[in-house]
Amino acid sequence: MGRKHLALTNNIDHLSILDENGILDLELEPEITNEAHLKMLHAMLLGRRFDERMLDLQRQGRIGTFPPIKGQEAAQIGTVALLRDSDWLVPAFRETAAEIMRGRSMESVLLYYNGYNEGTIIAEKQRDMPMSVPVASQILHAVGLGLAAQYRKTEEVVMTFFGDGATSEGDFHEGLNCAAVYQAPVIFVCQNNQWAISVPLARQTHSETLAQKALAYGMPGIQIDGNDILAVHAATAEAVDRARSGGGPTFIECVTYRVMMHTTADDPRKYRSEEEVEAWKKKDPLLRYQQYLLTKDIVAQNDLDALEAEIKQQIQTAIDRAEEQMQKLGEPLAMFDHLYAELPASLAKQRAELAHELDDIDREVDHG
Amino acid sequence: MAKMTMVEALNLALRQEMAKDDSILLLGQDIGRDGGVFRVTDHLLDEFGSERVIDTPLAEAAIVGMSVGMAVYGLKPVCEIQFSGFSYQNFHQLENHAARMRWRTQGRLSVPMVMRAPYGGGVRALEHHSESREAYWAHTPGLKMVIPSGPRSARALLVSAIRDPDPVIFYEAKALYRAFREEVPEEEETLPIGKAHIARAGDDLTIIAYGAMLRPVLEAAEELQQTEGIAAEVIDLLTLSPLDESVMVESVKKTGRAVVVHEAPRSFGPGAEIVTRLMESAFYYLEAPIERVTGFDIIIPYFSREKSYLPSVKRIKAAARKTFNTSI
Repeated sequence: MGRKHLALTNNIDHLSILDENGILDLELEPEITNEAHLKMLHAMLLGRRFDERMLDLQRQGRIGTFPPIKGQEAAQIGTVALLRDSDWLVPAFRETAAEIMRGRSMESVLLYYNGYNEGTIIAEKQRDMPMSVPVASQILHAVGLGLAAQYRKTEEVVMTFFGDGATSEGDFHEGLNCAAVYQAPVIFVCQNNQWAISVPLARQTHSETLAQKALAYGMPGIQIDGNDILAVHAATAEAVDRARSGGGPTFIECVTYRVMMHTTADDPRKYRSEEEVEAWKKKDPLLRYQQYLLTKDIVAQNDLDALEAEIKQQIQTAIDRAEEQMQKLGEPLAMFDHLYAELPASLAKQRAELAHELDDIDREVDHG
Repeated sequence: MAKMTMVEALNLALRQEMAKDDSILLLGQDIGRDGGVFRVTDHLLDEFGSERVIDTPLAEAAIVGMSVGMAVYGLKPVCEIQFSGFSYQNFHQLENHAARMRWRTQGRLSVPMVMRAPYGGGVRALEHHSESREAYWAHTPGLKMVIPSGPRSARALLVSAIRDPDPVIFYEAKALYRAFREEVPEEEETLPIGKAHIARAGDDLTIIAYGAMLRPVLEAAEELQQTEGIAAEVIDLLTLSPLDESVMVESVKKTGRAVVVHEAPRSFGPGAEIVTRLMESAFYYLEAPIERVTGFDIIIPYFSREKSYLPSVKRIKAAARKTFNTSI
């Protein structure tokens, strides 16, 4: 009888290794090879520059609405950098940098944001899901993939991404709960960027952290400085090792910030202050990482300059290729393709109706 | 051949397919030790183990969402939603993902899963346990919607559904689970998805039905023949999506009269689509307006009143007669 404090198996840590002032915790600094550092640097910088370029393209009317990722590069790259090709990535819709690092082409991203179905084709050997727009719904697919990998007795792990808003959805709860029940090899990465369109975190949850939600499911959870790629990398390495060795799922809350608008159709000045945005810009993950790499002599300033030039060229090539490709796409009848393995008779009839109509109007390629 | 109930026939289909193909997994609530609340998965846990017969937490979206992930991986999940009245909690997983994955990825990823769910009234069940909302799934591009009408078709269609490369919603009429027995062959038998079946031949009138409604329709057809000399042709659709137009169109071209029967509510129900297809392809052969015998556009009442809600032999016969009494 009586009332006593329950000592639970898990508790919640906060991890920061390289802070916004460039101060490094030498004891916690992860061992990362120079080669791995250069890969991550390339992926982060590419993610940033491609995002900036897409914003220009959107403003010029050359692509449609898209959700910028700026400021969240460390949370995306420090995590997926630890996946093997045989692992699975299950993204939401603000993980462009992560998807590209995994092998999605920039052309594919550009096609998607230009309204072409061809933009959600997954490359042949890539074990990734296409991006998922309905919030949190993809979390359950990650658990299913994890259960399948477990059933087939592989060492594969699954990593899924979602935002702070997703933690209010039922699918988030069901996904974490099931993953823990089955000890599925899944790493749940929450990019807590403080805003779900116009709703701030405080209106999304009354929890002091999002990471603590893991406790309720009997799963390890950790909160990290999501703009500190060393912390992201260290926490993810722990989670991936756990999942790969049969230790079950982990929930990682990356505390970061959506520096830009929700999508290009959104105007954040309506609901948040410039001061807040400016304060977060000072915590920029890319500048922090570049400074670290310079200090450690892993790169020199001229390497960075050369990388900038190389990436600029890569992006330009992708844009040229995508625009060239789009000229050849847009066959309207393609909308009937791949709905089923075989086109049912009643659909073949509807397809024929459209074909007939298109013949009537002298067959113009539909570019929206 | 053994005489089986629909429950036993479904169990046979699952057992035989699972024995042949280790990529088939079952998941759902109470499907393991309990064998499912209707016992469709009885003894499968003992035979195939908890890795393949997975009792899930009470979470419909998770059951379907995890099935999507498993199917993308290359497995063939057959999930059970305990009652179709609870499948609204997984609606988004089917609509947003299962139905679209092949199309979104242009054939690179696909979702060869089956969602089984009991549907329909007539068994004095509690609230939320008796509705017929097959139109939701038949309306969703990318899904297939199958409804067998008895033990033999249930077994053969479930095998086909499991082997189908696309997501199949498989509705099982609760009223048929143990209503009667049928000869079901032990050896493999399949029925093609998307193909209707002529359950009774006749020249005077076409009655189109599926699932639990097939029995009162066949009874009505027999009585019409006996008492009024009307020879009704009865079409068992078996698949709602993709709908087999040709069998019903050919039949109506022959008979000139049609009655469509379903227990789902009338407005925007399957009957509306069926009647339209007949209008498009057999209008000039019609001798009378097509009749619909359906559930009313209300929530299916609690069971003390459900008999009056469900299409009855009497109502089906009245509609059939009406097609002879009306002249266009």
